[in-house]
Amino acid sequence: AFQRPVNEQKELLNKWNEMGTDEPDLSLFRPVYAPKDFLEVSLHKTKLIHPNYENGEQPSFRNHLGLIQVPLKVKDIPELKEDFSELGLNIGQLGIDDSAQVPPEFFENEHVRVGQKVLAEQDSAAAQQYVRQGCPTALRADLWALILNISNQPEDILYYEQLKSNVIQHDLLVDSLIYKDVKLTASNDDYYFVFEDYLYQVLLCFSRDTSVLEHFTYSSATPPKSYIQGKLGMEEYAVFYPPNGVIPFHGFSMYVAPLCFLYHEPSKLYQIFREMYVRFFFRLHSISSHPSGIVSLCLLFETLLQTHLPQLFYHLREIGAQPLRISFKWMVRAFSGYLATDQLLLLWDRILGYNSLEILAVLAAAVFAFRAVNLMEVTSLAAAE
Amino acid sequence: FRIMAGKVKWVTDIEKSVLINNFEKRGWIQVAENEDWNFYWMSVQTIRNVFSVETGYRLSDDQIVNHFPNHYELTRKDLMVKNIKRYRKELEKEGSPLAEKDENGKYIYLDFVPVTFMLPADYNLFVEEFRKNPSSTWIMKPCGKAQGKGIFLINKLSQIKKWSRDSKTSSFVSQSSKEAYVISLYINNPLLIGGKKFDLRLYVLVSTYRPLRCYMYKLGFCRFCTVKYTPSTSELDNMFVHLTNVAIQKHGDDYNHIHGGKWTVSNLRLYLESTRGKEVTNKLFDEIHWIIVQSLKAVAPVMNNDKHCFECYGYDIIIDDKLKPWLIEVNASPSLTSSTANDRILKYNLINDTLNIAVPNGEIPDCKWNKSPPKEVLGNYEVLYDEEMAQSDGTDRDLRGRPGQPTGVKGGRARDSGKPVLTTWK
Repeated sequence: AFQRPVNEQKELLNKWNEMGTDEPDLSLFRPVYAPKDFLEVSLHKTKLIHPNYENGEQPSFRNHLGLIQVPLKVKDIPELKEDFSELGLNIGQLGIDDSAQVPPEFFENEHVRVGQKVLAEQDSAAAQQYVRQGCPTALRADLWALILNISNQPEDILYYEQLKSNVIQHDLLVDSLIYKDVKLTASNDDYYFVFEDYLYQVLLCFSRDTSVLEHFTYSSATPPKSYIQGKLGMEEYAVFYPPNGVIPFHGFSMYVAPLCFLYHEPSKLYQIFREMYVRFFFRLHSISSHPSGIVSLCLLFETLLQTHLPQLFYHLREIGAQPLRISFKWMVRAFSGYLATDQLLLLWDRILGYNSLEILAVLAAAVFAFRAVNLMEVTSLAAAE
Repeated sequence: FRIMAGKVKWVTDIEKSVLINNFEKRGWIQVAENEDWNFYWMSVQTIRNVFSVETGYRLSDDQIVNHFPNHYELTRKDLMVKNIKRYRKELEKEGSPLAEKDENGKYIYLDFVPVTFMLPADYNLFVEEFRKNPSSTWIMKPCGKAQGKGIFLINKLSQIKKWSRDSKTSSFVSQSSKEAYVISLYINNPLLIGGKKFDLRLYVLVSTYRPLRCYMYKLGFCRFCTVKYTPSTSELDNMFVHLTNVAIQKHGDDYNHIHGGKWTVSNLRLYLESTRGKEVTNKLFDEIHWIIVQSLKAVAPVMNNDKHCFECYGYDIIIDDKLKPWLIEVNASPSLTSSTANDRILKYNLINDTLNIAVPNGEIPDCKWNKSPPKEVLGNYEVLYDEEMAQSDGTDRDLRGRPGQPTGVKGGRARDSGKPVLTTWK
C-alpha cells in the first residue's frame, strides 16, 4: 500500500465518478485466477480431502463418473422438491405467469398487491418468503434491502464515505486487479457496460473494508496475510491483504454488476453488494463442506445430471466434455453474465428467498436437460460449449 | 390479374448487406435502375430525382419505393418544427382539448419539441428568447446534414453573430436552404444512466399517411456517450459528452466495438422500472408513443400520400431527468451500417420485418392493395396507430387517449417484455 501524493488524491477525488476513462496502464497485469483455475484447485484439494473420509464404502453410485469425488451429502430430487416447494408447477411464478398471454388477474395483480403489503409492513421474514415466487421489478430493490437488512442510515453512508476517502488517500496493488477485471468483463458486457464507473467505486471501497473480515468466522477460508517489511512470520506485524481479505478473481465484478440495475445510489449499492457477498457469494469461491459451498454445488450438479440424464452424462464424458467443466463458471458467477439481466434477477430472488445457492446447481443441470437433444449430437467440448 | 407470377425485381442505391441479404433470401432478382423493377430501395437523393417535376417519372402499379416524395416535411429539422407548430395552432383554433395550455402558456400535451428557431430567418425572434434566459445553452444544427455533422453548442450571442440578418458578414452566409440552421434550446438536464447521456433510436414504419397507419419496432436502442456528462461550460465543445451519434462516438478513446455503447430499450425499461417504479416508466413509454403519433399527424396533411410509397423512419428521442421525452429529429434514411454483431442482427431483422409488411408475401406488389397486413407478418413491429381502426371505434377517444389519462377498454396493457399495448388515439 502506498500513500498517494496530495495532488494525486485531489485528482482521484475529482475523477471519482468517471474512473472508467482514466485507468492506469494495465498491460502488465493479469487476473490472479479465473474460474477454471479455481476448478482445478478445488478438484485437487478435494482429492486430498478424500482419503480422510475412507470408511470402506464403495464410491457413490450416484456420482461415480463425475469430477467431484468427495462424499458430501447433497439433496436428491424428492428432497429438493420439498425444500423448494414454492417453485412447484401449480404455484404462480413471476417470469412465467406474468407473461403477455396470461391475464394479470390470474396471478400477477395479487402477487404485486401482496408485495406492496409486505413492504408497507417492513416484514423481513415475510419478504423472504414472498420473493420465492419472484419479485415484481418495481418492488425488487426495496424487497432485497428488507431481506438483507439494509436501511442506508446516516452512519452507513458515513462508513461508505470513509471507505471512499481511504481509496483516495491510499492506493493498493489489488486496485489494479479490480480495474483489469472490470475492463475485461463488465466493460464488454451488453448489459453492464453502462455501470462501469459504479463498479470501480464499489470494488475499490470493498477491498478496503475490514468489516468484511468478519465473514471469515463462518467461512472455512482464511484471509491472506502480509507482513510488515522485515518482520516475516511475526504475527504482531501481520496485516490482512487486501484489507478485506478477499482477492478478486477474474469475473469478480460480475457479482456487483446486476445490482446496478436496482440501486443507483452508491452507498446503498455498496451495502447491498457487501451483504450479498458475505451471505452468499463468498461460498462460490472458497472450498468448504457447506451445502451452498461451491464443492457441494458441483456435486449436486453432477449427481442430478448423472441420476436423471445418464446417457447424456456418459456421452459428454466420452467426448471429453465433462459437464462440470462447462457449468462450473456459471455457478461460480451465480450465472451473472450468462443470463439476461431480468432473468438473472429472478434467479437471485430465489437465492435470497431460500437463503441457499443450491438453485444454481439445479439450474445448471436444467440447462443441460433443456439442451439434451442437441448435446447428444456434439462431438467435442468446444461444440458443447 | 397476372398471367405469370414472376419474381420481384429489385434495385438499390444503398449497398448494405442487411438489405441485400434480405432481397436475396426472398429469391428476388437484382436489376439495374433503368430496367423494369418492382422494388427500389432508394437513397434520399434518388427519391428527389424520381419525384421531381422535371423528370416526369411515372411509377406503375407494380412498383414500390421506400420513401414518400416529400418526406422532408418530417425529416428536415426546420420543416418538422414548422409543421408541428402549424398543427398545434390549427388544433388550438378548432378548440381541440389536445391543444390545451397550462398557466405558463405551454402546451400540456403537445410540448414535445424543444423551443426552436430557424436561422437566419428568425434571428431576431431568437435573440428575444435568448435574452429572457441568458444563461441558457442552445444547440445549432444544420438543416440538411446528418450524423452529427456541423453541430455545435453555444451559450453566447457572439458565437452566432454571422447568422444575424443584418450582420455585415451575412453576405457570405447563403440564404439557400443548404446553409440554413436551426437553433434549439439545449436539453442540459438529460436523464443520465451510469453518469452518461444517451438518446433513443426508435424505428417507425409508415405505410400510409391518409389514413395514417404506422408501426413501431419493438427493438429500439439507446446510444450512450462514452464520456461522462457534464453541463459545465468548459466542456460545451466536447462532442463526446453531448452528441450521441455513433458516427461521432466511435472516434472516442473509450469506444467499445463489442457493445458499441448501445443498450436495448428493454434494458432501459428494466432499469427504470427497478429504480423509478412501474407507473412512471409506463407513462414515459406512453408519452414516447404519443409524440411519435402526433408528429406523424402533424405532417400527414402536407404529405404526398403516394400509394407507391412506404417509409421506415429513425426517430431520435431524448429523455430528460424529469422523465419527459423530447423529439429531437426524424431520419428518413436511418443508418443500416452495423457497428456490432448485435446491431447487424437487429438491422437485418428490421429490414426483414419491414419488407414483410411493405411487400406482402414477397410477391410482385400491387400498389393498390389496402396496406393492411395480417397480424402474423408484423414480426417485431407492433401497430402504433391505425387511423381507420380508430375511426371505426365510433367512440370519441380523444380525451381518454391522452397520456396520463386512464385508457379505455381497448387500451389495456400487454405485458410482453413489459411493454404496454399501444392505444389507438383518435
